[in-house]
Amino acid sequence: MALFEVRHIHKRFGAQVVLEDISLDFEDGQVSGIMGPNGAGKTTCFHVLTGFYKPDRGTIRFDGTDITGQSPQSLARKGISRSFQMMTLFDQSAVIENVMVALPEFRARQKHLVSAVFSDRTLVDAAREILDQVGLLGREWEPSASLPYGDRRALEIGVALAARPRILFLDEPTSGLGSEATRNLAALIAGLRERYTIVMIEHDMQFLFDLADEISVVHWGQVIARGAPAALRQNKWVERSALGELA
Amino acid sequence: MISLSDISPRSGAWITPQIVVFTVMLLTAPFWLSAVGLYQYLGIEVAIWMIYALGFNLLFGYAGLHSFGHGAYIGVGAYAFGLFQHHVAVSLWGGLLAAIVAAGIAGLLVGALVSHRRGVYFALLTIAWGQVFWFSAIKLHGITGGEDGLLNIPRPPLDLGFARIDLNDNEALYYFAAGALLLTVILLWRIAHAPFGRILQAVRQSETRAAFVGYEVWHFKWAAFVASALLAGLAGGLFAMAQQSAYPDIMSLHQSGLIVMMVLIGGGLVSFWGPVLGVILYFVARDVLGIMTETWLLWYGLMFVVMVMFRPEGIAGALHLVRKRFSSRDGAASSARVEPI
Repeated sequence: MALFEVRHIHKRFGAQVVLEDISLDFEDGQVSGIMGPNGAGKTTCFHVLTGFYKPDRGTIRFDGTDITGQSPQSLARKGISRSFQMMTLFDQSAVIENVMVALPEFRARQKHLVSAVFSDRTLVDAAREILDQVGLLGREWEPSASLPYGDRRALEIGVALAARPRILFLDEPTSGLGSEATRNLAALIAGLRERYTIVMIEHDMQFLFDLADEISVVHWGQVIARGAPAALRQNKWVERSALGELA
Repeated sequence: MISLSDISPRSGAWITPQIVVFTVMLLTAPFWLSAVGLYQYLGIEVAIWMIYALGFNLLFGYAGLHSFGHGAYIGVGAYAFGLFQHHVAVSLWGGLLAAIVAAGIAGLLVGALVSHRRGVYFALLTIAWGQVFWFSAIKLHGITGGEDGLLNIPRPPLDLGFARIDLNDNEALYYFAAGALLLTVILLWRIAHAPFGRILQAVRQSETRAAFVGYEVWHFKWAAFVASALLAGLAGGLFAMAQQSAYPDIMSLHQSGLIVMMVLIGGGLVSFWGPVLGVILYFVARDVLGIMTETWLLWYGLMFVVMVMFRPEGIAGALHLVRKRFSSRDGAASSARVEPI
């Protein structure tokens, strides 16, 4: 049984059918990829899987439990975490605070009204550990808005990791990154794959093919192919989809 | 643009130099107010409005929820205090408790209905609810006294067990209000630095991200609404004592707008102390500028316009930038770091 199972998901907005009978499996400990051209329904699929949208039909099971239609906050507490294509950070807060707020230990203290956050060594140390994982240790007190774009991407992954997820959804992590920042991000994700189950939407084929154990190709709101990167390289549908010939 | 979160994230102290200076100013005010040409009652007004403004800023500045109908809750507090004195008992603590609880219940109910909204919809709903309370205060003549309001509200004495202090004396009432203000400052300072306060600031910056790291966002918005209503209720109770009356005008849209102006001009969006500065500036404008010209409110309004256009961070934000400039001139690389004001 896969860690995350998606069965026959449908989603439409008015007359527009965006997802049609999507079924996916994300195995524990693997890096899974979702690829497809613009407008294929990848991000909507992510939104449905992470609780941002409710599916019209179909079921989603996480670790054997039906989580269909649950809210993002409920899913986050169950260990499902994500990043966004349009970066979503607490921009006016310090780097460390972005991470700290996402920690389950912090969440456990959410009703505390008098204990000072930054005097709590447990929280500060836990946040620093996460920042170390994403290469931002030493920049804790910088406002997150002042970080270079690539570092902000790393911070967003750090925020997602801070929630101590069992599965991490990354939506277009290389979006807007230059080649060096993309290489750094690839190294970061490669380092994380030992500890987390990762699902990525990605436009950068090389990036995805280098990192993923299995890739699903979404087109017209449907999964048109699935397999290991090496097998998919030979698939003419995948090639035509990637080139935009199937529009 | 700087923000509240730029300021003092690391300070977790119960007592800070700013709190000490503020306390000294408060305790010595009766000695220097008259020396600078002002009067004792002004100190009472300022203390009450500071409680109201600081509580309001928990919602406005920290949670980023723009309420334009908050006069309702100071009004509910004032009426509750007066009704308690007239119909239940002449009691200071009973009256203040009634004021806080009544405003809290009003905030609880309205907050439950508006906290699911954001942006302009939230703001419009707060105005609408503010108008409901204001209109009710005028129309429920048998309870509220209609347009005249509740008159002859007594100032109950402060009974400490070993001593009984007559609060009909303005200096005594000032010290009582100042004590309530100090407790408010310490409480809100703690909240601002505690997990609850930091989550409020996170919600202000990105409701989506806050939800995706596991927080029930609307619970926090609701809690901030109720907390600010509770403090408005306390301010309302003290207001009824100070004025010895409670009337609908305090709940009007005009009065609700005034607290927004005070908080914005002072710099509530960027500093814990912004509301304090804003209240001082308003009363100085009213009582000093007001001596010079009847059109003082016009000038105050113009100042608000200029401030919003050129220095939206308010006085506190301007002071913060000046301080940053001096510290960077001294060679400290502070501009790129999050520093306390």
